[in-house]
Amino acid sequence: MTWSEMQPLLTQGTLDTLYMVLWSALVTVVGGLPLGVLLVLTDKGGLLQNTAVNKVVGVIVNIGRSLPFIILLIALIPFTTFVVGTFIGPTAMIVPLAIGAIPFFARLVETAIREVDHGLVEAVQSMGGSLPTIVRKVLLPQALPSIVSGTTTTVIALIGYSAMAGAVGGEGLGSKAVTYGFQRFENGFMIATVVVLILIVTVIQLIGDLAVRLLTRRTRTA
Amino acid sequence: MITTTGLTKIYRSGRSRGHEITALDGVDLHVREGEVFGVVGRSGAGKSSLIRCVNLLERPTAGTVSVDGTDLTALAGRGRRAGKDLRRARSSIGMVFQHFNLLSSRTVQDNIELPLEILGHSGQERSRRALELLDLVGLTDKARVYPAQLSGGQKQRVGIARALAGKPKVLLSDEATSALDPETTRSILRLLRDINQQLGLTVLLITHEMEVVKTICDSAALMERGRITESGTVGDLLATPGSRLARELFPVDGAGNGPGGTVLDVTFHGDAATQPVISQLSRTYNIDISILGAAMDTVGGRQIGRMRIELPGTFEENVVPVGFLREQGLQVEIVNAAPQVAETVALTKEGTK
Repeated sequence: MTWSEMQPLLTQGTLDTLYMVLWSALVTVVGGLPLGVLLVLTDKGGLLQNTAVNKVVGVIVNIGRSLPFIILLIALIPFTTFVVGTFIGPTAMIVPLAIGAIPFFARLVETAIREVDHGLVEAVQSMGGSLPTIVRKVLLPQALPSIVSGTTTTVIALIGYSAMAGAVGGEGLGSKAVTYGFQRFENGFMIATVVVLILIVTVIQLIGDLAVRLLTRRTRTA
Repeated sequence: MITTTGLTKIYRSGRSRGHEITALDGVDLHVREGEVFGVVGRSGAGKSSLIRCVNLLERPTAGTVSVDGTDLTALAGRGRRAGKDLRRARSSIGMVFQHFNLLSSRTVQDNIELPLEILGHSGQERSRRALELLDLVGLTDKARVYPAQLSGGQKQRVGIARALAGKPKVLLSDEATSALDPETTRSILRLLRDINQQLGLTVLLITHEMEVVKTICDSAALMERGRITESGTVGDLLATPGSRLARELFPVDGAGNGPGGTVLDVTFHGDAATQPVISQLSRTYNIDISILGAAMDTVGGRQIGRMRIELPGTFEENVVPVGFLREQGLQVEIVNAAPQVAETVALTKEGTK
């Protein structure tokens, strides 16, 4: 396989991968963030202490976390078909990718928010702040650097999941690597996809680290 | 301004009823309008629970709290979450914390604006008020700086500015100077004093430092094991014979210069303290007086405090001078009088054996 043969495949694969990963990351953040906040608030001693809700959400999150992604992918086929109309192709893959990543991200958000000093919450309570105020003006802004770093970790995990999704009817670099590199024994192409994946992961990590650094610069002593 | 009656707080750990800790055991506190009231006590005496019950950050198990005529315990309702009424009441009570509790994600100015955001003030009004407060606490040039770049004292100034943003009538101070060095502590206390006088703010503070009470408090209470054991104005406390708070506020120490003297603790308070009593005593009875130790302060032209002095001779020989001091309205406690000659002899014999 020559470079001119590989190039269009790699370009298409990269675009599909990024399409799946970025959209599913967006859905993950939108879904996982409130879930993470809910886990902290409903916990024992939390501002919305509710053992029942906390237990139920916790169990759902744990089930989501313990299922191997490839199984989740197959188990979700009826649901994906219901939502997107098909279970094949990059758009359809966004559904299982997001559902697989939401519990993971929710736990990262939970940890980040738990680290916010309770004294800050009390300070805002003493000013007469309501629960939404506390979440919006204290918990989320104070945990933001950790949440951003958790998002980076999640996006990188999603790249790994997306390769698996490629094997089960998705598109992207994973599917290209399976079709050309594995089934047609094109070792050169296999290596090329690996290099591209490494590049994508590195760039995302760099962007994530940069964002965290910008956010924490002000909180460190000069 | 702040009144608590029968305030009780019991912490239950675990589900069993066995582990109960009574942090507050029926506390009755009365803080008058415009005064600086200090509650002192050791760690674990319940001070922190008390101040946190005043704005209901902590729900009391029993008893009532009323601030500026509003019964906060009635506003609180039964739920864990603070309702609208309680939140509104809280916004007229400022609070300052030991560890400042500033948001590291916001600039100094934005930290001060936070209570105003909660109150729903417009952006323009918020920044005007924030700059006014920064001027009051002497940090005009730090508006755009993040808290991490400030020293401890500066952080507490921001904390105080933030507490004042909503124009509260009451300021609660939870060990506000305990994390600061003595120099910074003095400057923060001076600021609190100024605010109390300029704005007529009522201040309730808790501390374990007697120095804080001595420096700025009009009244004080001693807290032990969840109870208030002594309470009153600093003058009243001094006038109370055997007051432990007075003794700790004005500690006097120092041993006599050997046998043959009478050591007295003299407490100065009230009108008598305007007279130069010690020199009058010396001149009237022609005796030499040694001052062994003293803790005196001059407040409003009056001397208050305690002094340990030694008069020559046995107690019997000093009955008249002691009577003179008492006549001047001073409180006199005999620390130790020179023993009778016979006893001295017996002790010497004992020593040689």
